[in-house]
Amino acid sequence: MTTIHLPKTVGALALLGFALLLPLVIQDPARQNFLILILMGAQLGVAWNIIGGYAGQVSLGHAVFYGIGAYTSTMLSLKLGLSPWLGMLAGGVVASAFSVAMGWPCFRLKGHYFAMATIAVAEIVQVLVTNSETLEGAVGLSLPMGNTGVAAMVFSTSKLPYYYIILGLLVVTVLASWAIERSHIGYYFRAIKDEPEAARALGVSLTRYKLVAIAVSSFFTAMGGSFYAQKEMFIDPGSVLATGVSIKIALIAILGGVGTLLGPVLGAGILITIEEYSRVLFGSTGSGTDMIIYALMIILVAVYSPAGVMGLLHELRRRIPSLRAKAEVRA
Amino acid sequence: MTADLFLQILVSGLLIGLIYALVAVGLTLIFGVMDIVNFAHGEFLMLGMYASFWGFALFGIDPILSMPVTAALLFGVGVLVYQVIIRRIINAPMLSQIFATFGLMILFRGLAQFFWKPDHRLVTHTLVGGNVTLGSIQFGLPQLTAAVGAVGVTAGLWYFLHRTRLGTALEATAIDREAATLMGINGQSMFALAWGIGAACAGIGGALIATFFPIFPEVGSNFILIAFVVVVLGGFGSIVGAFWAGIIVGVIEVVGGFVVGPEYKTAIVLSLLLLVLLVRPKGLMGKA
Amino acid sequence: MNAAPLLAVDGLSKAFQGLVANRDIGFTVHHGEIVGLIGPNGAGKTTLFNCLAGFHQPTAGHIAFEGRDITGTTPERAAALGIARTFQIVRVFHSMTALENVMVGAMLRNKGVAHARSRALEELEFVGLGHRAEALASEMTVSEQKRLEVARALATDPKLILLDEVMAGLNQTEVREASQLVVRIQERGIASIIVEHVMEGIMPIADRILVLDYGAKIADGTPEQIAEDPAVIAAYLGE
Repeated sequence: MTTIHLPKTVGALALLGFALLLPLVIQDPARQNFLILILMGAQLGVAWNIIGGYAGQVSLGHAVFYGIGAYTSTMLSLKLGLSPWLGMLAGGVVASAFSVAMGWPCFRLKGHYFAMATIAVAEIVQVLVTNSETLEGAVGLSLPMGNTGVAAMVFSTSKLPYYYIILGLLVVTVLASWAIERSHIGYYFRAIKDEPEAARALGVSLTRYKLVAIAVSSFFTAMGGSFYAQKEMFIDPGSVLATGVSIKIALIAILGGVGTLLGPVLGAGILITIEEYSRVLFGSTGSGTDMIIYALMIILVAVYSPAGVMGLLHELRRRIPSLRAKAEVRA
Repeated sequence: MTADLFLQILVSGLLIGLIYALVAVGLTLIFGVMDIVNFAHGEFLMLGMYASFWGFALFGIDPILSMPVTAALLFGVGVLVYQVIIRRIINAPMLSQIFATFGLMILFRGLAQFFWKPDHRLVTHTLVGGNVTLGSIQFGLPQLTAAVGAVGVTAGLWYFLHRTRLGTALEATAIDREAATLMGINGQSMFALAWGIGAACAGIGGALIATFFPIFPEVGSNFILIAFVVVVLGGFGSIVGAFWAGIIVGVIEVVGGFVVGPEYKTAIVLSLLLLVLLVRPKGLMGKA
Repeated sequence: MNAAPLLAVDGLSKAFQGLVANRDIGFTVHHGEIVGLIGPNGAGKTTLFNCLAGFHQPTAGHIAFEGRDITGTTPERAAALGIARTFQIVRVFHSMTALENVMVGAMLRNKGVAHARSRALEELEFVGLGHRAEALASEMTVSEQKRLEVARALATDPKLILLDEVMAGLNQTEVREASQLVVRIQERGIASIIVEHVMEGIMPIADRILVLDYGAKIADGTPEQIAEDPAVIAAYLGE
């Protein structure tokens, strides 16, 4: 709807208020870290959703944008002493440019083929970075611990600043996604996803709008990568460029519900919680239990709820009034 | 480059390529019959390797001798996977299909870690162990055996699809699902059969590869991406295409690795994948 | 009155790997005209549509729209120039509502969402789907989906609309409604080419009928002339 719905606005503000106050209540650093992980996942899921959800082009190579973001801001900081705040934007721009160069030829591919091409691109970049001397190859890059403070985006005493930075980034990403959803671009994305040929017949240029989708999506994914680098102070190809990262990003969106504004946020909450708790409950990685739970979750969603948890909620909301109506008729 | 070195590289590439073909034929069969990319195919291979390993470790049976049992076991796994999961997502959105088989991939890796630990295991002794020296070139007997196995499996599969009633029905389903159904072919059981045979091929591959390659839960990841390249290059669904594509990929990988450096060989092969996807989306040997 | 034709097709041929689907077709369509395109199955009607709408590249020949050569154009450009189409097998945006489907069409001329919404409501009313605006396209009947495609095409403000079997599978009342709809489209000054098998739907309203057989044009005239044309009768009887 064009007019902003009051209940929705109130709900969004309440949610934001809750998120702002939450770390003041939960003060245990480990738990705060857990909340940060959820927000990081949510931000990436929302970013992926723009191309994979709304525009329906399944990318399984988003780690390449994440890695570009992490490496760009880190290198600019190490070599030029550039503030990561600017480095983050630079990473976004580089990733966007890369995504357009990659998308231009790859968008001719449909479905599985596009997904495969994105995996291939990400894997190739991973190999190149792993063997790059400038980027310290498999050894990885470390940010210096000494330089703390807001300008350097490094905080050693408290997790709180990281929490608010990633919350801010998530809000910006959601707002961007929301702006797209309600503009003509959002309608075009959905049209391209549903029936590309029919969209063309209505004057929609598939390539142009797919490029818009991947440029925006990769921009925000890269910003998430820069944030990861600042939070961990260390990056290597395995942590930011691996196919596993791509899969997780896509999975968050799918689990929550593709093509919905807040589905990925919900997906991140569920996925990260299960991931962390199965690790705590069943011991360290290596036993395989966390993988089994993770896998069962993926399969269950894929088989039973392609629309994700959001889809399930919608279904429930549709059914409950009709159940109520039936009950009233009987009474 | 001396002629001997050139020959050595060529033979190594050929042997590796045939092993890739061995992994890819099952994958391409499943894709051809039902247009689903099985991301868990490397895990079928892994299961085949473990089956061979346990046959060897517990009962002292050589992987080569236990191969029929391994193939039968994996046939069962393939059919089971189809019946429990794949059957439900045939008409689902592509996203669901991708993630169902992705989930399977992680599930099998997790199960293998849970039951058999992440350790690397080796079949320390095999009937086909040792090296073969032919003039100036040298190669492993296990690799040669696996390569011969690849030729055998491809030929067998080709014979099955083109010369037997059941195989022809399967091929018909691959070409036109609806027409095949009209002709009285049961699509569901054909799909199950494709998954069974596809997995059995991976099982045979696993048995042969287990004679020279370490066995661990994530071993499938060493082969699956390359197998995809082979499937794409060979033309989705083409058994014979996959066979030749496997050889091409193997030779390019070894030659490329020699020229550019072995650390880049995956990147070289994946660049080949991109190139083929973009220039000839139907595959090098696919029908246009 | 503008005497120059809206659409001029000359020597148009289209072959698929040697298989000729359209052979040396020439005809014109004037502003606001209703042209019926008939012919036995496989005569090349849909192929011709696909060439006109930019979905196929013609193998030979020329297509001019408003005097401009548009041979081999893309579907996007064709739409922007004012050629809209529907699909023989409906292609609605199934996850969107009827209103949203039509809005996508309306956005061609004006990207504003509010504007698109009011334009879309107009067109839904026009095709008689005003009451179904909020229905999910995938949950509509095929007959409704066909009208939805017409509304979507009209929302792009076309000068020419290509209607591909919009009357197939409709009952008699619905066929009459569909014919009236085409006439009302004509009254808006929009020309239409209609591929149709339902003769009672097309014959009474068409200004002219083109007949294709084996990819070639075998007749071009008023419905009355066509009904008596020996070549047409032979083509249909020989089917």
